[in-house]
Order: sequence, then structure tokens, then C-alpha cells
Amino acid sequence: MLPSDLKSELFAAYPPEARKLVTAYVPTLQRLPLAYVPSLLREVIEYDFKFPAERKALEKELTNLSSLSSEQTKIWFQAFAQIRLSPELEKSDWVNAPALFVENLSAHLWTTHQLDAFRMAALDYADQLHAVVHPEQPVIPRLGITVIGQGVVSAEEPLFRKLRPHGAYFSNVKPEGGLETLLKAVVDRAQAHPIPYGHWYVDGGEPAAHDPALTCVSYGTLGPTRAALSEKIRSDIERPGMGPEALRTLMARLRPADLGFVATSDQVLDRFQVKLLVEGSGTQIFSTTFAQWAAREVLRRAQPHTLFVRFAPRQRQKPMNEMLASSREPAELDPAGSLVDADMGAYYTWLNLQRLTGADKSSSLVWFEGHSEAIAIGPSLPRGTTSSAAASLEQILSWAA
Amino acid sequence: MTSHPFSQATGRTLAAQLAATRRDFLRTAASLALGSTVLGSSRLLHAALNPKRKVIVITFGGGARDQETFAPEGQENIPHLIRDLIPRSTFFSQVVNRGILGHYVATASLATGVYETVNNFASLPPEHPTAFEYFRKDLKRPASDAWVVAPSNGFNRIGESSHRAYGPSTGARVILPKHLLRAANAGGQDYEHLLRDNYETPLYAPQLSGNDFELEQLSRMLRLSVDDFKSHARTLSSPDELSVYIVRQLMRELAPSLLWVTMHDIDIAHAGAYSLYIDGIRRTDRLCADLWKAIETEPEYAGKTTLFILPDFGRDADDDAGGNGFQHHRTGDTLSRTTWMMALGAGIREGVVFDRPIDSTDLVPTLGSMLGFTASFSQGKPIQELL
Repeated sequence: MLPSDLKSELFAAYPPEARKLVTAYVPTLQRLPLAYVPSLLREVIEYDFKFPAERKALEKELTNLSSLSSEQTKIWFQAFAQIRLSPELEKSDWVNAPALFVENLSAHLWTTHQLDAFRMAALDYADQLHAVVHPEQPVIPRLGITVIGQGVVSAEEPLFRKLRPHGAYFSNVKPEGGLETLLKAVVDRAQAHPIPYGHWYVDGGEPAAHDPALTCVSYGTLGPTRAALSEKIRSDIERPGMGPEALRTLMARLRPADLGFVATSDQVLDRFQVKLLVEGSGTQIFSTTFAQWAAREVLRRAQPHTLFVRFAPRQRQKPMNEMLASSREPAELDPAGSLVDADMGAYYTWLNLQRLTGADKSSSLVWFEGHSEAIAIGPSLPRGTTSSAAASLEQILSWAA
Repeated sequence: MTSHPFSQATGRTLAAQLAATRRDFLRTAASLALGSTVLGSSRLLHAALNPKRKVIVITFGGGARDQETFAPEGQENIPHLIRDLIPRSTFFSQVVNRGILGHYVATASLATGVYETVNNFASLPPEHPTAFEYFRKDLKRPASDAWVVAPSNGFNRIGESSHRAYGPSTGARVILPKHLLRAANAGGQDYEHLLRDNYETPLYAPQLSGNDFELEQLSRMLRLSVDDFKSHARTLSSPDELSVYIVRQLMRELAPSLLWVTMHDIDIAHAGAYSLYIDGIRRTDRLCADLWKAIETEPEYAGKTTLFILPDFGRDADDDAGGNGFQHHRTGDTLSRTTWMMALGAGIREGVVFDRPIDSTDLVPTLGSMLGFTASFSQGKPIQELL
């Protein structure tokens, strides 16, 4: 089937809000190439479980597509139209399983050496879209705070090496009450600007006590879900015909209830948390990976005004000889390795914050928990500088804003 | 010949040169390359014609970026390559992989000189003849003269292709050390978890089939008792260390002329822990130096062996929003496609850097020119600077 064959009734299995949205745009979709449409439908089919920022972006994209003339549509999608697809892809049920189509399309593009052409088409399309559809600006300048090094006595290597060129490094920070100070700062912002999913707290361990104004996800709280997921994977990989790709597809289809997830009144957040585990590589195993990936996905999807991320020690990766000696003993923690992970994670969190609107006004702070080192990046802070003057985290936050 | 060799320079000087910015490094390299494009010399020709010449290829895998290796900020992770091996090498700073960036299919492409399109996760042979098949057929070499030592998962079919002119029993023997370890421990402890080293899907370990090495051949061919093998494995910290242990045993007992070693520890990066990725690079750096020392000390190899070291590909760039930095190699961006290669040993000029882009598929025809076989189906071209 091709997009030109689309009819409203083909979307009957979509969740209610997604169905309502997409059926209003069937004539628009009919004009678009197959190499593109399933990628769009992959977002549409999740509409009911998307954050407000994602919904707005999707609605704007569809509105823009419907406003294009036939000639403009041809120009915008010329590169996508030139991608050669296989009959198998055309015959697949890309309306009801767009994510599976996109996964198979990816394999097809690699195999037929069309990945670069597709990549260029996607980048060109994104550029054109951004030129006419302007993303929402934040109500207040965005703030990202990352706390790293929990449980580490001293860092073995210099910290913040990738971030230092972009901000001011403080070597004499007063650490007392630091965590409480930073949490209070984000809660104050959340209470002053109550925006749905606008202020987040990600913890790589058990979350500290916090105000419900913050949307919170944590590695510790998801422990039972992680255990259920690991068990499900172990049983599924024993099934005949199971391979890595099939396993990945199976995992992507898992819903909160499949993992014994205790449903809350917030289905959007429930689904988001499960996706962190089933779509993120390593998030089930290492808490540092979970914290980094969760921060990335929060920024990419929810586009928050405030993000507070606290890394916690991950389990130690056992060397082979220890695995041979005793395979089933639980691994102890690796605070030193976790600090290296978190330092890089803090850099990635800053990079992802920079990808959002208002990046020129946003600010970031990374603190080595319990210690006197921090780095702050913001419009009013000089880049590549160092300060050895005594400073509180509260002061540094005010300077970074 | 008017090259600008580093042979008179110390490792420290070389490290300083390489410690300029990556761009400066490449510029420096380009100027060096300009004077080094004169081909061949009597010494090199002698090496090329030497029928006793041996070649060892190490893939520095799986997937390492410039910024954690040869870029200035990454050089602290590869002290052995920088200090010990670079001064003795011809170094190519731009090796471009235009194929599929999955470890098995990319390594198969390196071994065939053709961008293979086999399913990365299936137990399938390459579709085009491998270097091992060309080598054995053209030079009429026995099976014992071409070997592959590889991580356990997926690589069991890499020794010979499905090509109708070659195929079964015409290629390299493949040793999967971790599978040997599991077989050695059959009936004892559960070692399944050790086999789950496909880091892209960490809990998955496929069933194997193909021309892999059996446990009983340990003692018959490598003169290694199962007990000794098991005991030694308990002293090693990673699968790649186990691979190098087997390689050294192979070198001592069978001394193959064409030996291919695929490292894989680095691919732990898929689990998202940066420190473990760096640990993998540092370990691989050390193991490469260990193998070079073995080459220099084994009588069958000393003075007549050319060693190639190259990553199969890189990993995604930090600034590509479509990826997640070092964790994966899914975007197909420039950084994930561009790596490096060093060659050292017999017939190789020391301390020369070439900046011109070469292709991953150029390796096999280059091996062919060195060893005396024709890689008829390869898409690549012999690297003239090495011949």
C-alpha cells in the first residue's frame, strides 16, 4: 500500500486522540512519499501519550504540511521520493505498525547504501520545517543542574574537562547543604511557573524528598519494573527464532501493564518511564546510563524549563575472571567509574539543553556532590575561566542565570 | 625517495606532534605525505616477494572514535600505540568505511574488500571471497596457514564466504575463545552470561554454526590442555585478553602466515557507561602492544611480519542530535565512518603519516599485493604507500 491509498478508516486502531488528529489530515498524507509517512505516523500513533511540547510540535508540523501546495510538496519531499523501497516494505502494515516499518526501513537503507541519501533528505526537511514552523520559546530561561559523584571520596582525574571551555569553573564551592539548596532552587522555579511537565527531577538512585511540583523519574523507583523486564527478556530469548532484531521489536511493543507497572493517573509519565527501560540501551543495567538517557529523553521530548539530574553509583562491571569464579553474586558499586560516566553524562545533558529553544539564555550548573568543585555555564558567565574564591551554590546559580 | 620519516624522532617527539589539534595533526600529516608518495624500494620489494612473509591484522574494536584515541584529548587512552607503535608505523589518518556500521558485517567487509550486506545479527558467511580464501587458493596454502580469532558472537562464519568459487573448507579456521571456554566448562558452572557479549543486545547470545574450532583441537593443534586453558582463563580480565592468549598459542604452535584478530571489548560502550568504554580502549591498546612484542620475540614471526591495526569503524559524534554520542554507531555520520589505520613491521616505512583518505575495502587488495594473491572481487585498491 502507498500513502495515496490512505483512508480514514485505516486508522481505526489508533488511540482516540491520535485517531482524531490523523483523520483530519488524510488528504495531506496521501500526497507524501512512503519513505517519509511512516516516520510521521510513528509519532502520531503515540499522540495520546506525548508531552505537551511534543503535541504542539506535531500539530504544527501537520498544519504546515496541509498548507503546502502540490508543487511545494513535491519540492519539499523530492529527496524522500527518490529513496528506493522494497516491495516488502510497501506491503507491510505501516499504518498500524509504523515503528516496525521504520526499523525495517533503517535496515533497508543500510543494505542498499541509501542511508546517506535518507539522512540528507531528513536534515533538509527538518531545516525547511524549522524555517517556517518556529518552536515554542520557554516562558523563563531554561536551567539544567547536574549533580555527579555521589559516594566518591576524591576524583582520580580532573572533572568537567569537556565543559570548562564553555563556562566558569569554581574550585572553592561551599558544599554544605548543597543538595538541598539546588533542589530548593528547582522547586522554587516549579512553584513560580507551574507548567505541566515543565520541571523535572531525574535520579540515578532513590530520589531525595522533593516537592510534587517536580515530575520525577528514578532508577531506584523503577527497580521492580527493571526486574520484570530482565525476566521477560530472559524468557523471550529462549523462544525459537528469536534474534536481536526480533527481541528489540518485542521490547519496543511492551506497555506498562506488561511489566507489572503499577498504573498511576498519569499515563503519559507511565509510558515514558517504561520507554526509558525498553528503548534505552543499558538503562536496565547501569544507573549512570539510566540517568543520562532519562535526562536526554526528558530534554528531547518534554523540553522542560528546569531539569535537575542526580547521578548515583552504578554496579561494578565484573571482569571475566570474577565472572568465572562466582557468576551469580551481586556486584558491588563502582563510585569512581560512575563519576567518569556522570562527568560525560553532564556534558551530554548540557549539549542536549543547548539543542532546545532559548539556548542562548539557558544556564547550566554541574556540582561534584559533597565537594568544592562545580562548573557553571550561562549567558553572563565568562567562558573558560576559573574562580578559586569561596562561593555557595546559591551564589553560583544566581551568577549563571 | 624524499619522505619525512619519524624514524629518527623519539616517541615523545612524535606524541608531541600528534598532540597538536586534530586539524593540525592532519595538516602536519598531509605535509609529510606529500614527500612520501614515491613508490617502492629494493628493501620493500624484497619484503613483498619474500614467500615467508606473514601478516597479522588486528581490528581495534568494536568501534572507537578519534576523540578517544588519536585526537589530542584521546591520546592518554592509547599510550602504547602512541609511544611504542606509532614511531615504527606508517599511519593513515583517514580510513573511511562506507558500508554498514555493524561489527560483524563491517569486519566481514574488511576481510573481503567488499561492502558486505549480510544481516549483522545472523549467522551467515560473507557473500564475497575473503582474504583467507584468496590467500589459500592462489598460494596453495594449507588450512593451518590462515586463522581468525574473534569474539564469540556472530563471527563464527567470517573465515570463508558463500561465494561459489570458494566457500566451505577453502578459508580460515575460526577460533571463538569464549565458546571454547564454555565447552571446556560443560557440565560445570553456568557460563551463558559470558557469551552475551553482543553489546547492542546485551542479553542475547545466538546459537552458532560454521567452521569453528572444537574443544578437542585445543590439545591436538595448540598443545593446550583443557585444564590449562581453563586455569589461564581464570586469570584474565576480559574476552579480548582470552583472544590474545589463544593468538599467542597459535603463533607458537602453528605459526600461521595470515592471522586475523578481532577485538571487541570496546563495544561495551553500547551499555552507555563511558568509563567502561575508555577501559576497553586502554585494554585494547595494551593488548596491541603485547601482540607486537610477541611478533618481535617469536622466531617464526620476528623480522618477517607486517602488522595492521585498525578500528572497524568509529562511533557517533557528540554533536549529532540523532545519536547519543559514544554509546552507539547508528547515525552513519562522518565521525562514525572515519577512523585510522597503522601498519608496521616487515616492508613498512617507519614514522610516516598519510592524510589522504583510504577506504576500508583497500585492506584486502593490499594484503594481496604483499602476500602474492589477487583479490579479484574486491572493490578496494592496493594502498601504494605500503607496497
